[in-house]
Amino acid sequence: MTTFLLRRIALIVPTLFFVSLLIFGLQQLLPGDPAMALAGEDRDPSVIAFLREKYHLDQPLPVRYALWIGGVVHGDLGESIRIKRPVFELIAEKLPVTGELALLALLISLAIGIPAGIIAAVKHGTAVDYGTTMAALWGLSIPNFWLGILLILLFSVELGLLPASGFVSPAESLKQNLLTLIMPAFVLGNAFAAGMMRHTRSAMLPVLSADFVRTARAKGLPEIRVILRHALRNALIPVVTLAALDFGALLSGAVLTEQVFTIPGFGKLIVDAVFNRDYAVVQGVVLFTAFAYILLNLMADIAYVVLNPRLRT
Amino acid sequence: MTAQTLEALPVEEPIGEAPWRRALRQLVKRRAAMIGLAIVVFFILLAAAAPLVSPYDPLATNWATVRKAPTAAHPFGTDEIGRDVLARIIWGSRASLLAGLVSVMLALAVGVPIGLLTGYVGGALDATVMRIIDAMLAIPFLILAIALAAFLGPSLSNAMIAIGITQMPIFARLTRAQVLSVKHEDYIEAAHAIGNPQHRIVLRHILPNIVPPLLVQATLATAAAIIAEASLSFLGLGQQPPNPSWGSMLNTAKNFMAQAPWMAIWPGLAIFSLVLSLNLFGDGLRDALDPRRE
Repeated sequence: MTTFLLRRIALIVPTLFFVSLLIFGLQQLLPGDPAMALAGEDRDPSVIAFLREKYHLDQPLPVRYALWIGGVVHGDLGESIRIKRPVFELIAEKLPVTGELALLALLISLAIGIPAGIIAAVKHGTAVDYGTTMAALWGLSIPNFWLGILLILLFSVELGLLPASGFVSPAESLKQNLLTLIMPAFVLGNAFAAGMMRHTRSAMLPVLSADFVRTARAKGLPEIRVILRHALRNALIPVVTLAALDFGALLSGAVLTEQVFTIPGFGKLIVDAVFNRDYAVVQGVVLFTAFAYILLNLMADIAYVVLNPRLRT
Repeated sequence: MTAQTLEALPVEEPIGEAPWRRALRQLVKRRAAMIGLAIVVFFILLAAAAPLVSPYDPLATNWATVRKAPTAAHPFGTDEIGRDVLARIIWGSRASLLAGLVSVMLALAVGVPIGLLTGYVGGALDATVMRIIDAMLAIPFLILAIALAAFLGPSLSNAMIAIGITQMPIFARLTRAQVLSVKHEDYIEAAHAIGNPQHRIVLRHILPNIVPPLLVQATLATAAAIIAEASLSFLGLGQQPPNPSWGSMLNTAKNFMAQAPWMAIWPGLAIFSLVLSLNLFGDGLRDALDPRRE
């Protein structure tokens, strides 16, 4: 197991290296002189000269990459041109907001997806299975920004039950915080729940007809205990890994959800940065999400090995 | 198995039936997939015939009909500058279908050759390219597409390029995995033995045998690309105003939810039904092409 883990960790290094090259390369896509593009509407020659100097744009590409990655390694992701603050600080500020949204979404999707997956697998081939599978396909096909708009129309515009937008920090008022986040979390959790349901269903199906489940039934255990204690525990192992792979979709979804509900998180940060041509922020957010994704998948792989007794040697 | 049960087995499948014929026969039996296909075809016809079937010019503004609820003259209502929503939905189908098609073709055109090459050649080339693919897959789909669209500049064609680039790694990975699984089959060894050149083995012997999973993935990727284009347009990074796109229509509709809810209903319903239909068809296609299913 140790060799597996070491090899798995060693694989991250080249992946991170290529991620950084890719993100650095984005800058080269800018049409024309990057200093001009970075300056935006400000065409003052002194500003352009300053930017050229600051971002070492007069240096050859490999030197610029080395200088950039050197900063990144030390937590220096550059500075926002628009807000004149370090990108790292901006990300750290927005992270808790998106983090809370993602966590709530994850809880909602687990609460819906796993039971639905179990029921579909247990009732395999029946109308219940068909209905649940169909519902999951609906969940995967509905654009989450549209679902958000529909929920706002129903719960805010028509019924006046929930706030349509905005965010209240939990430190200020936990109740208001949850009220503002319940709709966005449901919208974000919806597609994730659909994926989770499909994973749970396909993982449960072979397990339910496995010998050890038949033995548990033969022992006379109540069916509910057989399903939850014997079958589900084994089926959940692959679900953990698959859920980690879906984490990227959760982050992508957060960008749109935050836009619909005007939540000042990570997604709003990158979208605003795009329109302000605040390229350092865009690069910083992309780098950070890629890093988070790689780390999470590493953790999922480790969890897979730790949870699966057959791989424990 | 007794002789009796053997006899009882249905012998529907003619021996030696071509695999694609069997798949087709399986596919038409799947009702959900066929309904999906019918809706997709409907949207394709709608997009092709847009100039003929659209009741109004999708760009024509009319200050007398600003944000009018659905009526007989405007069955889907009008938008914030008096344009007919139905006309914009019909013309907007072009942006969605074009984005779905072009970006997936781009992803296939780049991803499949990469997968063929790395899977067949292996070694250091494979290891290096796969790390680059891993790196691309590590960046969440929409975030990479947003970043690309941001640096390339917002437009429908750049959105299509961005979506194509972000989908490419999936096809490269899938192709490579398929090549690895068929590379050591007997018929490939036989093709080697009779002295076929490498490129002929890859193109004539390997490629045709890995088409089915690629076809399924391409269908599902088209659905994902259509959502991605709508998402980018919703964020203002895809189709630019005044040209219609379902995503950008929703972006505007968001500001008039209390006054003109119909502006938000129809474009979303259009995206949803097209994407759902593609997913239904893709799922059906996957099951039909799976030789283990009957």
